[in-house]
Amino acid sequence: MKVSEQEAVASAARELGVFLERRKEQIARRWADAPLFRAVFTDSRDEAVEACKAVVDALSEVASAGSPEDIAAPGFDQVREQLGRMSGSRTRTGAGPAQIADEVAALRAPVVELLRAEATDASAPEVAERVLALTLLMGTLRLVVMRTALGSGQELIARQREELLEVATPVISLREGVVVVPLIGTLDSARSQVVMESLLESIADRGARYAVLDITGVSTVDSLVAQHLMKTVDAARLMGAECVVSGIRPAIAQTIVHLGIDLGSVVTRATLADALAYALARQGVDAAPDAGAP
Amino acid sequence: MTAAPGSAVATCLPVGSDTDLTWVRQQIRQVAAGLGFGLVQLTKLVTAASELARNTLVYGGGGHVEITPLERGTIRGVRLSFVDSGPGIHDVELAMTDGYTSGDGLGLGLSGARRLVHEFELDTAPGRGTTVTVVVWTADLPAARPGE
Amino acid sequence: MTSAHPGDGLTVPVLALGRTLLVTLQGELHDRTAERLRQDVSHRIARSGALGVIIDISGVDIVDSYLGRVLAEIAANARLLAAHTVVVGMRPAVAVTLAELGLTLPGLTTARDVEQGMEWLARRLPAADGRGRGM
Repeated sequence: MKVSEQEAVASAARELGVFLERRKEQIARRWADAPLFRAVFTDSRDEAVEACKAVVDALSEVASAGSPEDIAAPGFDQVREQLGRMSGSRTRTGAGPAQIADEVAALRAPVVELLRAEATDASAPEVAERVLALTLLMGTLRLVVMRTALGSGQELIARQREELLEVATPVISLREGVVVVPLIGTLDSARSQVVMESLLESIADRGARYAVLDITGVSTVDSLVAQHLMKTVDAARLMGAECVVSGIRPAIAQTIVHLGIDLGSVVTRATLADALAYALARQGVDAAPDAGAP
Repeated sequence: MTAAPGSAVATCLPVGSDTDLTWVRQQIRQVAAGLGFGLVQLTKLVTAASELARNTLVYGGGGHVEITPLERGTIRGVRLSFVDSGPGIHDVELAMTDGYTSGDGLGLGLSGARRLVHEFELDTAPGRGTTVTVVVWTADLPAARPGE
Repeated sequence: MTSAHPGDGLTVPVLALGRTLLVTLQGELHDRTAERLRQDVSHRIARSGALGVIIDISGVDIVDSYLGRVLAEIAANARLLAAHTVVVGMRPAVAVTLAELGLTLPGLTTARDVEQGMEWLARRLPAADGRGRGM
């Protein structure tokens, strides 16, 4: 772009800024009925109009600064949070990034209409320049929204991942005093952390004296996960509950030995049934004053 | 690992007495709760802070702690710097060993605190004082965990 | 629970229930308070001939290595005076943190709550042979 062209764009943008400020009310009314704002502000049209006005204000400020292509323009700062909430709301109701981008793009047409309607000669070159400046500006707005949409998408993924972790870790209270956590699939560090926390929570909630960690369905254990298991056993003991680990497969037992991890202080049983029998027998021992330790 | 401090302002608290330790723990708890820390992460953070503040008091002869809220993407965190101008640590490796103590604790102060945080930095030299800086995030980032 | 000034970190109520002492820790504990408690419990055991001590930490949201050491020492001192100590009510978040810290307090007997702690003592006290729970 030549310098003169850049200057032309900048001056058209400044005029556009004045126009946006002057016609804020009308633009906001039209936008409030556009799909994007209608989808986000389902309850109140007034609220939608107010939100639209804030966006028009921001665009007017960015345009008046003469830099319609600057995604980091300070004018956007005041609406960034609002735009983030809007795209987050669209994301949660199932709109993908492409759809959100289309909805933002659709905001351009009503403004072009107003711009043309205002001009005595709609085909005059200065009108074309203002439309060009508006197109650049709306493209920038779309980028700003997409950036915030991606951010809230990541947030959504993080939240879903967390929910999935919890769903994948059921804690079963078999009878008073015994809780069982059957683990299935791959244990990674994040999941074993969740296992540890939900097991300890359930010990506290149910006043359990015994906790059985059944790892029959676990295919592999690395040293980090084994350490987590050990910590779980330690933490349960500090809370006054005894932890029994059952279903350690031969391959996993070998790994544990190979890694040099000492499970010496941990009570282990071959199967879940054995572990339960142990816990229930010990419950009986605890109830009977004279019985000795096994 | 870098963290943009955002618009957050650091708080500076003295660590000069037994009472200060209680105050420091309470303040850090408040800051972390405000940042949305879960109960377990919060407990780990305050426990680590307690260990480090006690080190500052007992071995460093007192000093101060700087509390800075952090933001990285959608995750928030807090950075704590414990600063003293005491005698410094002569043998860092030894001081970081489990069970080692030059005082009457259980020798888990430094090595234990390190396991409770996501980032850990020790800056010390004999006669030059000690600064321990730790960072804890609201969510676990297992890959970033030191020492494991 | 009776506690004159809950959470002010300066007082720790010690209650005698028969031959058992019930110590209720709450809120933020000053190092000095913990240290004084250590001496108090020893004196109370010696004076009253208590056979059991239950330390309820369900109201404590932080146990660091200092408080951990104090708890272990109270138990060890009590042992010398022929009394058993049970620490009860540790919160899950505190237990996770201690396990992570590597402070597993192996010599300490633990129970879920005061009731289970009392049961444990009731089973061991008649024999009073000093055996732990075998963990």
